[in-house]
Amino acid sequence: MFSKPAMRAKIGVLVGLVVVAAALWMFQGLGSGRRDFILGLRWEKLTALILIGTSVAVATVLFQTVSRNRILTPSIMGFDALYLLIQTLAVAALGVAGFAMLAVGPKFLIETALMAVLALGLFGALLGRGGGTADDIARTILTGVVLGILFRAGSSLIGRLLDPNAYATVQAISFANFGRPNAALIGWGAALSLPAIAIALWLGPRLDVLGLGRDRAVTLGLNYRAMVMGTLALTAVLVAVSTALVGPVAFLGLIVAGLTHGLFPAARHRLRLLAAALIACLLLVLGQWVFERILGQQAVLSVVIEFVGGVLFLVLLLRGRIR
Amino acid sequence: MSEGIQIRGVTHRIHGAQILQPIDLSVPAGKMTALIGPNGAGKSTLVRLIARIDPLQNGDIHVGGLDVAATPSARLALELAFMGQHSGLVSRLRVRELVAFGRWPHCQGRPGPADHAAVGQALTDFDLMPLADRFMDELSGGQAQRAHLAMTVAQQTPWVLLDEPLNNLDLAHARALMVHLARLRDQGRSVLVVLHDLNFASGWADHVVSMKAGQVVAQGTPAEVLTEPRLSALYDTPITVGSYQDRPLILHHM
Amino acid sequence: MRDGRIRLLAGLVLAGLAVASLAVGAANVSVRDPQAWLVLTVSRVPRTLAAMLAGAALAVAGVVMQQIARNKFVEPSTTGAPEAAALGLIGITLIAPEAPIWVKMLAASVTALLGVTLFLQIIRRLPPKEVFLVPLAGLILAGILGAAVTWIGWGTDLLQYISIWLLTGEFSGVIAGRYELLWVAGLAAAIAWFAADRFSILGLGTESATALGLRPQAVMRLGLVVVAVVTAMVVSSVGMIPFVGLVVPNIVSRMLGDNLRRTLGPTAMGGAILVLGSDLVGRLVIHPYEVPAGTVLGVVGAALFLMLLWRRPRRVQ
Repeated sequence: MFSKPAMRAKIGVLVGLVVVAAALWMFQGLGSGRRDFILGLRWEKLTALILIGTSVAVATVLFQTVSRNRILTPSIMGFDALYLLIQTLAVAALGVAGFAMLAVGPKFLIETALMAVLALGLFGALLGRGGGTADDIARTILTGVVLGILFRAGSSLIGRLLDPNAYATVQAISFANFGRPNAALIGWGAALSLPAIAIALWLGPRLDVLGLGRDRAVTLGLNYRAMVMGTLALTAVLVAVSTALVGPVAFLGLIVAGLTHGLFPAARHRLRLLAAALIACLLLVLGQWVFERILGQQAVLSVVIEFVGGVLFLVLLLRGRIR
Repeated sequence: MSEGIQIRGVTHRIHGAQILQPIDLSVPAGKMTALIGPNGAGKSTLVRLIARIDPLQNGDIHVGGLDVAATPSARLALELAFMGQHSGLVSRLRVRELVAFGRWPHCQGRPGPADHAAVGQALTDFDLMPLADRFMDELSGGQAQRAHLAMTVAQQTPWVLLDEPLNNLDLAHARALMVHLARLRDQGRSVLVVLHDLNFASGWADHVVSMKAGQVVAQGTPAEVLTEPRLSALYDTPITVGSYQDRPLILHHM
Repeated sequence: MRDGRIRLLAGLVLAGLAVASLAVGAANVSVRDPQAWLVLTVSRVPRTLAAMLAGAALAVAGVVMQQIARNKFVEPSTTGAPEAAALGLIGITLIAPEAPIWVKMLAASVTALLGVTLFLQIIRRLPPKEVFLVPLAGLILAGILGAAVTWIGWGTDLLQYISIWLLTGEFSGVIAGRYELLWVAGLAAAIAWFAADRFSILGLGTESATALGLRPQAVMRLGLVVVAVVTAMVVSSVGMIPFVGLVVPNIVSRMLGDNLRRTLGPTAMGGAILVLGSDLVGRLVIHPYEVPAGTVLGVVGAALFLMLLWRRPRRVQ
C-alpha cells in the first residue's frame, strides 16, 4: 500500500480526479449562450482556486516540517491575520484614496515582502526556541492563536480609527470567500508563489533532513538556522498569496495536511508536497463546484472547512498528537 | 475513643482490571496503622475507598460506626480526614487560608472561636506561624507538605488517613511528619497511613497490614508482619531483617 | 492593610470612571439644562451601569471558570460558551420569533450551559499537567461552534445579528429598557459570591473537596450555571467582550491570592474598571465617533494575555 509504485499509482489517481473536477467545473451546466464569456470567468476562478490550494498546501507542509508538529498550521499561528493587519496599516498610512491608487502589483509585492519580514521575526523567534516539551509546544500554539486574535482585533481597531469608508474596505477582506476570489491578483500571485513552490520542491531532500529535528540536522551538516528562516519565508510568501486572493483560509491547511499524512505516511517531501497540492486542489475545486452548482450557495465552503478542520484539530489534540 | 474501621467484602475494578479481591479487614482504633506492600497491591485504592474519595462498588465499610456509603459526606468529614498525593495546588492561597479550609466541615465558612483556635493550634504544631501569611507557591516542598498536613489536622477528626505522605520528602521532613502522626495518636486519634519505606512503618506503627495483588496478606504488630519469610514473599525478593530496640530493622543492602 | 488600600484605590478609580462616563458623549450636557437629565437617565446612566455590570459579571464568571477547570487561562470566551449562546438565540429566533424576552434568554442560557459542559468534558480528557492545552481546546471549540453559527446565520440571513453577538461587544446601543438583562448577569455573579468558599475549595481539587465534605459535582454545576447565565446575558445585550474574565482574575490573583471570599469583590471591581475604561477610551479616541469596547479589549486583552502567558512564574524558596 505504501510502496513506491503504489504511491505513484495513488498520485496518478489524484491527478485524474483533479482533471475530472476541473472539467466538471469548466464544462458542466454550460448553456448555449455566451459561452466564451462564461468559460473565461470559470477559467479565472479555476486558476485562482488551484493557485490558492497549492499555496496553502505547500505552506502548511513546510510549516509542519519546521515546527515538527502535525497540529500547527500557518493560519492557526496567525499568519493570515498578520497579513490582514499589514493591509489595514497600509490603508491607514496611505488613506483610502492613496491605497486605491497604488498599482495592484507593486502594492502586493510590498505587502508580501513586509509579511515575510514580520513573520520571520515573530514566528522565527517562537519556533526557533527549540523548546521540546509538550507544554512548550502548547504554549507556542496558544501564543499563535492569541496573536491571530490580536492581529484581527488590531485590524478592526485601526479600521475604526480611520474613516468609516476605509473601515468598509477592511471589513470586506476579513472573510474567506472562495466564491469570489480577487481575480486581479492572480497574475501577481502566481508570479510569487510559483517560484516559491519550485524552491520548496528543490529543497525537498534538505527538508527531509530538517524534519529529523535540530540535533540530527546539525549533525548531518545542515545549516539549521538558515533552513528554518528560509522555509518560514517561503511559508509567509505563500500564505500572503492565498490570503490576498481569497482571505483567511483557517483550517484548510490542517485538513489537507491530515489527509496527506493519512494517504502518504512517511513520504519524502517532494512526493508529499505534490500530493498535498493535488489534494488541496481537489478539495477546493470539487467543493466549490458542489456548493456553487449543486447547492446553489456560493459563500459557504470556507465555513464547512472551518467546521471540519476544527473537529479534526480537537480529535488530534485529544489523541495526544500534539507531541 | 471511636470504634475501628470495619471492611467487609470490598472489591474494586478499574477499567475491567480487578484491583481489589474481596477484602475483609479490621483497622483498630486509637493506633497508628501502616499499610505496606509492593506497587499495584491496591493500598491507595483501599484507603481512598475508606475515605469515600472513590465510590464503593461492592461490600461495605464502616468507620467509627458510620456506613461510608450511606452517611452524608459532610457528616463523614467530621469523622475522618484524608490527605492524598497532591497533584499540584493551582490556587494561590496563603498558608493560613489553606489551613482554615480544614475547618469547613465544622463551620461552613463562618468560623467561630473554636475554629480560630484549631487553626492557630495546627499552625503552631507544624511550625508554620512564621509562614502563615505567605502564599503556598512561595514555599518549599517540605513546607508545603507541612501546610497540607496542618489543614488535615485542623479538621480535628477522630480518624486521619494518609496516602503516601512521605513521597518527595527528604529524610528530615519525613521523620518530622512521622513524629507529628505519632503525636496525633498520642492525643487519642487513629491514624491509617500508606507507606513505602518499611523502616518508617517498623519504627512508628503500632499495627501493620501488608497487601499484595489486591489482597490482605498479613496483619499484626511490626514484629509479627515484618519478618524475613513474610517480606521476601511479599516483594518476591530475598530481604534481610535485623532488629534494633525490639523493632524490626529492614536491611536494604543485604 | 494592603488589601484595604487596594480596595479603596479601586473604588476611587471606578467612581472616577463612572463620573467621566456620565460626562462624555456625543451631546454636550451641562447640569442646569433640563434636557440634560433626559440624556443622562435614558442614555448615559444605563450605558455606564451596563459597562460596569458586564465587566463585573464577566470577571466573576472568569474566576469561577478557573476554579472549576483548575486552570488559570480559561474564561467564558475561551470555552465556546458565547458561540453556544448564539446558537440558542438563533434557534429560538427561528423557532419562535414572537417569544417573550425571558424565553429567549432561557434558551441562550441553556445552550450556553451545554456548550460549557461540552468544554469540560473535552478538557477532562487532556493530560492534566499540560496547562496550555486547555485554553487551546476551548478556542478551537469556539471556532467549531462559531462555524456552525455562521453557517446557520448565512442560510437564514441572520448573519448581522451574529456579528453583533459574537464579534464585537459594544455599548453604543445601550439605552434604558435595552440593558436590564445585565442585572440578571449581576445577580448570577452575586450568587457566586455567596458560594465563594465552596468555589475556593473546589479549586483545591475534587479529592480535597470531597475530603472536606463538599460535593464537588454539585458545586461545579452551580458554577457552570453562573458562567452560562452571565455569558448568555452579555452576548444578547451588548455582544461578547473578550479577555476580561481572563485578565482581571489573573491580576487579582497575583496581588491578593485565590481566597474567593476576599478576592471576588476586587475582581468584580477590576472587571468593571476594565470594561468601563475601554468603553470610555472607545468613546474618546475618535470623538464623536466610537470604537467598540470589545475591539479595544480585543487588542488590550490579547496583549495582556500574551504577557500572562510568557511571564516567568514566581518561585521563591
